[in-house]
Amino acid sequence: MTALTALCTVLAVGALLIILSYIAWQGIGSLTVQFLIDRSRPVGEGGGIGNAILGSLLLLGISSVIGLPLGISVGVYLSEVGTGRFAGAVRFIVDTLTGIPSIVTGVFVYAVIVLPTKQFSALAGGVALALIMIPIVARTTEEMLKLVPHSLREGALALGAPQWRVTLGVIIPAAAPGIATGAMLAIARVSGETAPLLFTAFGSRFYPASLNEPIASLTVQIYNYAISPYDEWHAQAWAATLVLMVIVLGINIVVRFLTRKRF
Amino acid sequence: MFLVAMLMVGIVIAMVAALTADSMMSIRQFGWGFLTGRGWDPIKTQFGALPFIYGTVMSSLIALAISVPFSLGIAIFLVEQAPHYIARPVGFVVELLAAIPSVVYGLWGIFVLAPFLREYVQPALQFAFGRLPLFQGTMTGIGLLTGGIILAIMVTPIISAVVRDVLAAVPGSQREAALALGATKWEMIRVVLVNGAPGIAGAIILGLGRALGETMAVTMVIGNRAQISASLFDPAYTIASAIANEFTEATGDLYVSALVELGLILFLVTFIVNGIARVLVWNVTRKTGGVGRAA
Repeated sequence: MTALTALCTVLAVGALLIILSYIAWQGIGSLTVQFLIDRSRPVGEGGGIGNAILGSLLLLGISSVIGLPLGISVGVYLSEVGTGRFAGAVRFIVDTLTGIPSIVTGVFVYAVIVLPTKQFSALAGGVALALIMIPIVARTTEEMLKLVPHSLREGALALGAPQWRVTLGVIIPAAAPGIATGAMLAIARVSGETAPLLFTAFGSRFYPASLNEPIASLTVQIYNYAISPYDEWHAQAWAATLVLMVIVLGINIVVRFLTRKRF
Repeated sequence: MFLVAMLMVGIVIAMVAALTADSMMSIRQFGWGFLTGRGWDPIKTQFGALPFIYGTVMSSLIALAISVPFSLGIAIFLVEQAPHYIARPVGFVVELLAAIPSVVYGLWGIFVLAPFLREYVQPALQFAFGRLPLFQGTMTGIGLLTGGIILAIMVTPIISAVVRDVLAAVPGSQREAALALGATKWEMIRVVLVNGAPGIAGAIILGLGRALGETMAVTMVIGNRAQISASLFDPAYTIASAIANEFTEATGDLYVSALVELGLILFLVTFIVNGIARVLVWNVTRKTGGVGRAA
């Protein structure tokens, strides 16, 4: 029986290794400096993912600016301020929101931003990603704040500090590294999102010029290239995937390394 | 701070309101018949969601049928059997599977998994169980079965991580009591599983919620044809992939409205499914201060 459970684990680990090594094997061939900085071009003309990388960074920037402060605030509320039924309801909603399919978030942002402004835009894509970030950041922030020892709270309160100063001056700084890693994980998570960008950021063949225009992203470009009938684009999709995986897994592994004492 | 908390409630209300408002045209036109209609024909403006509901439910069930035994095995191995120095790094590696973006699974599914299934697995299934309609039909590698298998790979790390937390939250005294009564190691593990049963159910439902709403990977391998076919080898369509595939190409208000209604259905179903899962997992892990981390 032990062999059976071990086999399950080995298969799961094996799946990861097979997928990763296949991506590396397929992707490394087309990966050149030119590919990383050039913009995407029609089939037969080469081209690269420079515009998609820039677009993804821009989208992550927008979503972080909106999502991180809000997510952290909700986390602080849940851990330090909220009590009773309302806080319980908020916690339940936050938890349940993390499981809402990201495609639904995309439809929602399409309805409230894209339709009224009548155009796909980087801003809409950023908002969609921010909505996905908020509950993730809120939950990790709450958990990190709960790890701060009670004696710190009591000590600060005993010195006569009001609640808001205790929270801002003592609790949050004490939990800051944990909150930062939570934020990093949320960024890693949304950097792999495709579905909410399909009809918010839409995609583009050009370098980003304005936040009010459609914008390219790595993930949407991988999707479009993958379902295209051209071998050249398939090769580019693998190379772009390799870049995406290095970013996403890189963040995950670095965060794990930084927090290994805590978990 | 209170305002920010209100914002979370506001987001949920705004989601329901916006999705309902934009699907009103379709709701008025088709009513409840939308859920049972089998035709999806944009040209005749006939919209019925049943093929999508069927594809979504079937692909998720296939995913759970495969991933639940695996996830339980992984969790039992990590919590009850593996020594600490193995459980930690291996647990992390399994978690990394959850960090791989959906579109990457889709790319891998198109070019590796689908050809593999077409060449080896589907012929074998047809040879062994060919009398069942489930395994008849042409073997293209693209279809319901492939979608289900990709989903299984994707939800396994999620289910196993939560089950691991649930098992870890079962008090040690339960194990000691079982062993003291003369139970073997496996009888003791059965006691632990029974103790954690509600949490394990929650973990499975959480995986179900994820499978129901998973979009990109499924869209890329399931074939995207709005039909209800007896064979698992045939192309199908899920709610999420219909939205992903057709939303930007939808012409006509009723078409868009029907797609938004699909989104509303998906939102409500996943909200309820996740809510149930959370309550079940919380009841087990919060009592002992354990934390349901995977989400």
